[in-house]
Amino acid sequence: MITAAGTAALPDRPAPMLADVATITGRNLRRLVRVPTLLVFATVQPVLFVLLFTYAFGGAIHVPGAARYIDYLLPGIFVLAIGFGASQTGVAIAEDLSTGMIDRFRSLPISSGAVLAGRVAADALRNLFVVGLMIAVGAAIGFRFHAGPAAALAAVALAVATGLAFSWLNLLLGLAVRDPESAGLAGLFPVIILFFTSSALVPVATMPGWLQAFARANPITVITGALRTLCLGGPTTRPAIEAAAWLLGLLAITIPAAIARYRHATSS
Amino acid sequence: MAVAIAAEGLGKRFGPVVALAGVDLELPAGGVLGVLGPNGAGKTTLVRILATLLKPDRGRARVAGFDVAQHPQAVRRRIGLSGQYAAVDPFLTGQENLIMIGRLYGLSRPQARRRAADLIGQLELAGAAGRLVRTYSGGMRRRLDVAASLLAAPPVLFLDEPTTGLDPRGRLALWQVLGELTARGTSMLLTTQYIEEAERLASMIVIIDHGQVIASGTPGQLQARAGGDRLDLQSPPGQDPRQLAGALSALGTAEPAIDEAAGRVVLPVAGGPGILPEVAARLAAAGLHVSGLALRRPTLEEAFLALTGPPPSRTQPLQHDATGPPAATARPAHRIRSTR
Repeated sequence: MITAAGTAALPDRPAPMLADVATITGRNLRRLVRVPTLLVFATVQPVLFVLLFTYAFGGAIHVPGAARYIDYLLPGIFVLAIGFGASQTGVAIAEDLSTGMIDRFRSLPISSGAVLAGRVAADALRNLFVVGLMIAVGAAIGFRFHAGPAAALAAVALAVATGLAFSWLNLLLGLAVRDPESAGLAGLFPVIILFFTSSALVPVATMPGWLQAFARANPITVITGALRTLCLGGPTTRPAIEAAAWLLGLLAITIPAAIARYRHATSS
Repeated sequence: MAVAIAAEGLGKRFGPVVALAGVDLELPAGGVLGVLGPNGAGKTTLVRILATLLKPDRGRARVAGFDVAQHPQAVRRRIGLSGQYAAVDPFLTGQENLIMIGRLYGLSRPQARRRAADLIGQLELAGAAGRLVRTYSGGMRRRLDVAASLLAAPPVLFLDEPTTGLDPRGRLALWQVLGELTARGTSMLLTTQYIEEAERLASMIVIIDHGQVIASGTPGQLQARAGGDRLDLQSPPGQDPRQLAGALSALGTAEPAIDEAAGRVVLPVAGGPGILPEVAARLAAAGLHVSGLALRRPTLEEAFLALTGPPPSRTQPLQHDATGPPAATARPAHRIRSTR
C-alpha cells in the first residue's frame, strides 16, 4: 500500500547546504569507481602521462636548474592530468542535463549551488588521489621533492586548488554546450592548447619569440611555475601569488556563471 | 490546501516560439488532472512551470498553496516530479538512488533508508534494489523514477508522460500504483498522449493545443462536447464496409469514418435510439448485413480528435499510430460490442 500524502513528514527546516553537498559528493564518488571511463581517467591516464612524458621526452630534454627531467616535468603533468580529468565533469553535467537528472534535482528543496559544489568536491577528492598516485609513480622512477615537506604539501594543495578552477570551468562548459560529447571536447581543447604552449614540458626561453609572451601569460605556465618552486625550491612568494590570482579570478567568473546557468537549465 | 494547483493566464515563449499562450487551470486537492494534447502542445512547459523549473513570462500559479515564482522552495518541499525520462542514476543501485533523493529532501539517513525500503516494496522493485540501475528494464527504471518522486510523500505529484515507453504490463502496474495514491488523497497532474490513461486515472481533463486550453471538464463533459452519438457498425467478412457507409451516410450528422481493414464504420448521428428502426430499414433495403451494431456516446478519443482537428488519414481514423499503446488500439474492438 502506498503511504498517504504527508505521512513521510519532512523536517520543518531544510537540511543545511553542506549536507546536500555531501550527498551529491557521495553520488559522484560512487560513480567514479563504477563508471569505467572515469576510473581510467583517474588511474591509468595519470600513470601513463608520467611514464610516457618522462621516457619519451626525458632523454632529449635537459632543463637547467633541474637535476632530472622528471623533477621538472611532474608539476606540469599534475596540471595536465587534472585538466584532462576535469573534462569528464563537463561530460557528466551535460549527461545529467539530457537525462533529466538536473530537472529532478532542481525540483528538490535544495540550494542551486549544492549539485555543482558536490560535483566539484568529488573532483577534488579524486584529484587528491590522482596527484598522490603520480607522486608515487614519479618517486619510483626518480622524482624527489627538494623544498621540504611543508612546500610539498603546499604543492599538493595548489594542484587540488587548480582542479577546483578546472571543475567549475567544465561545469560551465557542460551546461552551456549541453551535449555530452561536445562538452568533453570543449573541456579538453583549451587544456591541450594551453598545456603545449606553456612551460609544462620545456622552458619558455626555448620557444620562438612570438610564442614567449603568450607562454609567459599562459595560466598553465603560471601555475606550473608555482608548483615547480614548491617542489624544487626557489623563491615561492611571487609565483604563488600569481597562481592564486589566476585561480581566484577563474573561480570568481566560473562559479557564479555556472550557478546562473544551472538555475535555468532544463532538459530539452 | 483546498486547491492543489491553480494557474492563471500562464504564458511562456522561447524566442519566437510561443509554448504557452495564457493557460488557466485549477485542480481541487485530491483530484487528478489529465493534461492531453498533441506533441508540442505545451504540456511539458506547463509541468515545468508548475514544478518551479521554468519561470512563466506572464501569469501566476499556485501549487500546494504557494506561488511557484515567489516561493519556489516551499513548493518544492510539497511536490514530486517524474519527468519524461526516467531521471535515475544508472551507476547507482535502485536503493542508493532513492536514499540520495530522500537525503536531498532533508530526511535523516535512517529515515531515508526506511522510506526507500517502503517504496521499493510498494513498487515491486525488491528483487532489484541492490542492483545497478543500468541493468534495469525500462519499466523498472520508470517505477524507480516514480518512487523517487514519492520519497517525501508529496501532496502534489507531477507526472509528465509517465507510461511512455512502457509495455502494457508495466503500464497497468503503474496505473495501479497511481490509482492507490489518488485513493489516498494525493493530488496529481498527469500529462499523457494516451487517452485511455487519462480516462482511467483523471477526474478532470484539460486538452491543450498550441499552448492554449481548448477544452476542459470531466471525461463525460468532454465526450458530450464531441456532439451527438456514434453509430458503430461492423461489416461481416467479405462485405465492403463502404457499402454500409453509403447506405447510411444520409442519417449522419458528419462524414462516416471507415476503417476498411477492420471492416468498421463509425457514423456520428443525432436523435438517440429513435433512429435505429430507420437504420434497420435502410440496411434491409440495401440488402446489407452487419455483424455488430451499437449506438454509443463518443469516446474520449473521438472527442479529443474532434477538438484538436481532423485525424491525419480518413481511411484509418480510429487507429493509433504504430507507437501507440497496444491496449488503446485494442479498445475500439471492445467498445463496438458495448451498448449505451
